[in-house]
Amino acid sequence: MQLPRFHRLRSAYYHLEGQACSACGAVQFPARRSCLACRSEELERRPLSGRGTVFSYSEAVAGFEGFAPPHLMALIELEEGPMVAAQLSDVEPEEIEIGMEVEMVTRRIRELAPQGYIVYGYRFRPRLEVEAGR
Amino acid sequence: MKAAREVGIAGYGAYVPRYRVLTETISSTWRPRGAAAAAVAEKSVPGPDEDVVTMAIEAARVAVGRAGFDPGAIGAVWVGSESKPYAVKPSATIVAEAVGIAPAVVAADMEFACKAGSEAMQAAVAFVGAGMVDGALAIGMDTAQSKPGDALEYTAGCGGAAFLFAASDESLATVEASVSHVTDTPDFFRREGAAYPEHGGRFTGEPSYFRHSLAASRRLLAEVGAEPGDFAHAVFHQPVPKFVTRIAAELGFDAQQIEAGLLAPRMGNAYAGSSLLGLAAILDIARPGERVFFCSYGSGAGSDAFAFRVTERIRARREGPGVVDYLARRREIDDYGHYLRLQRKIRRS
Ligand SMILES: [Zn+2]
Repeated sequence: MQLPRFHRLRSAYYHLEGQACSACGAVQFPARRSCLACRSEELERRPLSGRGTVFSYSEAVAGFEGFAPPHLMALIELEEGPMVAAQLSDVEPEEIEIGMEVEMVTRRIRELAPQGYIVYGYRFRPRLEVEAGR
Repeated sequence: MKAAREVGIAGYGAYVPRYRVLTETISSTWRPRGAAAAAVAEKSVPGPDEDVVTMAIEAARVAVGRAGFDPGAIGAVWVGSESKPYAVKPSATIVAEAVGIAPAVVAADMEFACKAGSEAMQAAVAFVGAGMVDGALAIGMDTAQSKPGDALEYTAGCGGAAFLFAASDESLATVEASVSHVTDTPDFFRREGAAYPEHGGRFTGEPSYFRHSLAASRRLLAEVGAEPGDFAHAVFHQPVPKFVTRIAAELGFDAQQIEAGLLAPRMGNAYAGSSLLGLAAILDIARPGERVFFCSYGSGAGSDAFAFRVTERIRARREGPGVVDYLARRREIDDYGHYLRLQRKIRRS
C-alpha cells in the first residue's frame, strides 16, 4: 500500500519543503537526517522558492505505470542550490533548453489506480511570462 | 445583503491552462461541412496533469501572495466547481494544505453548477463580515464537462479565479453589497455517477440565464441605489458571448463596460470559473475609485450579484501573472483524439 508514503511526503510534494543546515548553511532537498555537506543533524525546515533552471533533461519513451505521458524528465537546479529530479509540464520536447528558467507547479503526478487515489506533487514549467507595465 | 462589518477583496489570482482547441477541430468530426460557425472560435483545455485542484492551487497561491496576507490568518477556504476530481473527498482540503493554510480552517467544496464560485464568495463575505475569521478564500474553478458531439462541447472551457476576502481596510476592492436570486429550474443537471451533464431544451436561455441574471442584477442596483452608468465595468456569466452582450444591453450596460471581463471569445465558458475569471481580468486593469458590477449564473438555477468599489491598494496588488498572461501562453491542440484524451473522455484502460 503506497498511500501512507505519499501522504507522509506531502510537505515535500506540495511545498517543495527542504532543509537549511544550522551549522554550515547548506540547503538540501529532500529532507534527510543529516546535512549532506557537513553531516550536522541540526537542520531546520526550509520551503524552497520553486524557481530554478533546467540542468539536464530527457524524454522517456516507455510509459510508467500510473503516470500520464508525455514523460519529460528533468534535473532542475533550484536557486537555493539543491538539484531536484522532476517532470516538466506545459512544454513540448522541442521547446526545452538547458538553462531554461522554470518554476514549480503543483500537478497530478500519479493515480494509484484508474479510480484510485490521486497524488498531487511538484512539477516544473517554463517560467510564466508576465506582461510589463500592467 | 450587507455584512455587519465592511469586507473587501485583499488579493486575487486567476488561472487558465495553456492548451486551446479550435472549435473547427471539433466541428470537423461532428458537423456536416458548411454548418454554421460555433459561438466561440476556440476554448481552453486542461493539460494532462491538470484538474480543478491543481488549477485552484495556482490561483489561490497568487491571491494569497498578492494580498501579502499571513496564510495562518485565513480561516476559510471554499472551492466552487462542477468538475471536482473526486465525487467524495473535498478539493478544498488539498488546496488548503498546498497553500499552507491547513489545519485551523473551515473548508468545503461548493456545488451550484456555474454559480458555485460566487456561492463561495457569498460565504467568504459572510464569515469575514461576521468577524469569525480574518481572511476567507473563495475559488471558482472548472474543467467543464460535455458529451462528445453535444452543442456544449463547442464552448465548455476551463479556468477560474480565487479571491481572498478580508476586512475592507486591507482591501483592493470593497464589497458594497451582494444579492442572490434562485428558483427550482430544470435547465441543466448531471446525475451522480454520470460522466456528462444533460441540458433541458426549452429551459435554457430565457427562463434560466436571462430571468435569473436580470432579477439579481436589478435587485443589486436597487440595493446600492445605482444605475448601470455608475459602474466602470460589468461582468456576467459567459455561456456564449452573445448572452453577455444581450443581458448587458437589457440592463443598460454598454459594450465598453463589458469589454474587459468578457473572456468567452478567447477561451469558451469556464463554468463556475467564468464570471470570477472575468472579475479578475477587470481587476487587472481597473483604476482606484471605479465601481465594478458582477453577476454570476448557475443552472438549477440562480444568480449572485455583487457591487465592488476599487481602492488605491489595487496598484500594489497586481504582481505576477494576469489573465492576459495566461491567455497569451497559448498552445493549440490540432487533433480531436488528443483533445479527447486531455479531457479524459478517452483513456487507456
Ligand atoms: Zn551543514
